[in-house]
Amino acid sequence: MNFNQKITSLHLDVLKEIGNIGAAHAATALSDLLSKKIDMQVPKVEMVTFDHMMELAGGSETVVVGVFLRIEGDIEGSMFFILPIEQANRFIRRLIHDDAFDFYKAPVSELALSAMQEMGNILSGSYLSALSDFTKLKIYPTVPGLSVDMFGAIISTGLIELSQVSDHVIVINTSIFEEDIAVSEAVHGHFFLLPDPDSFATIFKVLGVS
Amino acid sequence: MIVSNTIVKVGIAQMDVVKAPNTIRTSGLGSCVGVVIYDETKQIAGLIHVMLPDSSLGKVDATNVAKFADTGIKALLDLLKAEGVQTFKLKAKIAGGAQMFQFTSDKSSMRIGPRNVEAVKNELNKYKIPLISEDTGGNSGRTIEFNPATSKLNIRTVNRGVSEI
Repeated sequence: MNFNQKITSLHLDVLKEIGNIGAAHAATALSDLLSKKIDMQVPKVEMVTFDHMMELAGGSETVVVGVFLRIEGDIEGSMFFILPIEQANRFIRRLIHDDAFDFYKAPVSELALSAMQEMGNILSGSYLSALSDFTKLKIYPTVPGLSVDMFGAIISTGLIELSQVSDHVIVINTSIFEEDIAVSEAVHGHFFLLPDPDSFATIFKVLGVS
Repeated sequence: MIVSNTIVKVGIAQMDVVKAPNTIRTSGLGSCVGVVIYDETKQIAGLIHVMLPDSSLGKVDATNVAKFADTGIKALLDLLKAEGVQTFKLKAKIAGGAQMFQFTSDKSSMRIGPRNVEAVKNELNKYKIPLISEDTGGNSGRTIEFNPATSKLNIRTVNRGVSEI
């Protein structure tokens, strides 16, 4: 399937709505988890080159905390929860009640890694269950993996399936940020949903825009 | 003559060729493999950022050749030949092919790093290009930079520091 030519702005709007519903639930879950107000931006849905994808979270060499999981079931794809180190530090400090915690200081404690992974699990779980309720599609997330590394190295894991059929990727990108901390867009956390090419037809069909 | 050294940047699924004193670099290699093919005496080097092992995986025609190990290395050799290098003088260094996330999933795309490395080595073998050194596997992302003047490949990682091969 060559999806590059078939996607219209209506399709992109539908995908945006998916990002909106999913990320809103995830942001609520995060807010509950941290007892802290979390805001999100209106999702962006873009068809970008792989190279451009690298710029969506500050460049391929930027060190981030990344939680990655695969989606299985009626649709397949990759999901990432990407946090800049500073933001991840603030979240984990709050979660494990350790103000001195720092992802930059190796070795990172098991407790912090486990907390980060669980946070990723809860957030992506709420994103995907909202998506599943909305579309009535069966969606099963795999157990998430965690990596603290360069953004390019992390995100390219999610491009493997796509890269077999296309040189572009459709990315549903929602940024989240803490209301009380003024930061530039480059240091926001992101949810990236990258459906596999074959899954777009399924999504559009159930939402009546095929 | 004023010599200004520039760093040529190669993006994901792209390739380029550089001459000393310039250097060539690609960043954020995860499961992808960075392949440097160089001529020591002419101080010319080509770098390709390979994403996938085999163009037969490509389900659509007319895709970017630099994405795959097989078509990409062939295309890079063509670029180098256009610069006047002779294939028998070429040598190679490679880095990347990590597995960024540990999964129990048996889906083959999750093991793409090792498969990329294997495919790259097969291609180099095919063209009888000796592989001088490599830094592959593991679970760290890598940024690499090659200097054709010294034939050294600098490798930077987040968790394991900097090394040179």
